[in-house]
Amino acid sequence: MGLYIVRKVCLTVPLLMVISFLTFILNNLSPMDPAEVVLQAQGVPVITDELIAQTRAELGMDQPFLIRYFQWLMACLQLDFGDSYITGEPVWSLLGPAFLNTLKLTLVSIIVIIGLSIALGVICALKEGGLLDKSVRGVSFFLTAMPSYLLAGLMTWYFSVKLDLLPTSGMDSYRSYLLPVTVIAVSYVGIYFRIVRSSMLSNLNEDYVLYGRACGLPEKTITLHILRNSLQVAISVFGMAIPVLLGSTVVVESVFAWPGLGTLSVKSILSRDFPMIQAYVLILAVAFVLFNTFSDMMNAALNPKLRKDL
Amino acid sequence: MDHLLEVSNLKIWDSSTGKVIVPNSSFHVKQGSCLAIVGESGSGKSVTCKAVMKLNKAGIRQAGDILFKGENLSDLSEKDMRKKRGKQLCMILQNGMRAFDPSCVVGTHFLQMLAVHFDWSRDEMTTKLKHAMECVMLKEPLAVMNQYPHQLSGGMLQRLMIALAIVLEPDIIIADEPTTALDTISQYEVVEQFIRLRERMGCSMIFVSHDLGVVKKIADEVLVMKDGIIVEKGTTRAIFSGAQHEYTRYLVSTKLALSHHFEQIMGGVSVAER
Repeated sequence: MGLYIVRKVCLTVPLLMVISFLTFILNNLSPMDPAEVVLQAQGVPVITDELIAQTRAELGMDQPFLIRYFQWLMACLQLDFGDSYITGEPVWSLLGPAFLNTLKLTLVSIIVIIGLSIALGVICALKEGGLLDKSVRGVSFFLTAMPSYLLAGLMTWYFSVKLDLLPTSGMDSYRSYLLPVTVIAVSYVGIYFRIVRSSMLSNLNEDYVLYGRACGLPEKTITLHILRNSLQVAISVFGMAIPVLLGSTVVVESVFAWPGLGTLSVKSILSRDFPMIQAYVLILAVAFVLFNTFSDMMNAALNPKLRKDL
Repeated sequence: MDHLLEVSNLKIWDSSTGKVIVPNSSFHVKQGSCLAIVGESGSGKSVTCKAVMKLNKAGIRQAGDILFKGENLSDLSEKDMRKKRGKQLCMILQNGMRAFDPSCVVGTHFLQMLAVHFDWSRDEMTTKLKHAMECVMLKEPLAVMNQYPHQLSGGMLQRLMIALAIVLEPDIIIADEPTTALDTISQYEVVEQFIRLRERMGCSMIFVSHDLGVVKKIADEVLVMKDGIIVEKGTTRAIFSGAQHEYTRYLVSTKLALSHHFEQIMGGVSVAER
């Protein structure tokens, strides 16, 4: 198992290299010259070719591609993603706090999502075809189909405006988390609990369940065995859900004025703030790789067959 | 009373479709004897076995009396039934590969199971298991206990289930096609273990199979099922020499034709006849 973890971690290194390279290339493929963007942002009235060349030299754009890449990569490793083209501030001073805020929201949401998905999935699988199973599936279908901005709007109107129980926006206390977390969780739980449910159901018909029962094992023990085998699918999905959430909270963030990544990234993309976009894409990609590796490890801990191959 | 298990008017049906799987069957197993249930796939053999254990899927209902040592299992609550399962009625499944939780070492399964039925310490359990595993010719029992199901062969897993039955010392063993999923050599070994198991413990057995060669070796009595109906029952000798029902004669004759063909190809004594 120890060796498996070491191997998995080593494998992420080349993957991360490729990702960083692609991130760098993508920005360089953009049709607009970065120097022009900077000059426009600084409000320079007349942009001459001379000025552009001068700015290019200042930004280090005149150097060969690969050298620029390595310089950028080395800097990135020290969390120095350069300065924003628009505000001139270091990227990390803007992105760092926003990233932390989004991470907090994401982690709280994912804990709620995982907890609820497993609980609902197990209950529905054990009571398959029953009233509870049918109603949970029905309601979840309805809620998942609702776009999150609509749900967010409705919930803000009811809980914050009408009942005046929760803050409408911002990030002040734990109470600020309730609405955004609920809105995010609702749209994901509806999908994920079905994954847990269906894999529980397919395991329920396995022979080992029958043999366990035939040997007189109590239902609780059997359910734990089933859960352990069912979770393997779910864990891979949950592992991918964290980075997906990190990158897709933008709607919820803007509705609840959450000072997070989503709002910042959209702003940067619209103003072609390349260093910001690069850093944002890189951070998300790294998050993807890390959480995916983590879920692989969890799965290996659960499933002995996975530990061998690699 | 020499009938250990007496099943009368057992009816099994699928509640969702209303389809009757077994309309009305009655049979009994004598103390210490082995009853074989034979028949083609889908004839209701497995469902009948599971009905005795009350382990059919939720949608499948059953009615009728199942008298086990004078007690009607049909009237027992799920909780009381659970205490009987394993300890008194032990089941051995067809596919050893799938009968154990793939994520746990086989030892976990055994220890959990024994802990439910006995107040033994962990060491006691291990010693007994070790002894039982040696009985079924499994070498290095402790190493086997620490292996995952996918690391063991089908025949070994089948013998592990037999070993568990040896430790549990049930009154009746219900073996649901225990040799079907095995290759001929493992099949031979497993059947050998079944015969020795009966000699050692003198327990009764229901042996489901469609392999008449195996049935001939192990069973005292045979019950032939077709489409959920018991078409014939009798002693093994009677069934194999003078079957009354057309279907039984058909089964026996196909078996004979097969082994005859085999003899012709191989020349000399057929392996299947041994």
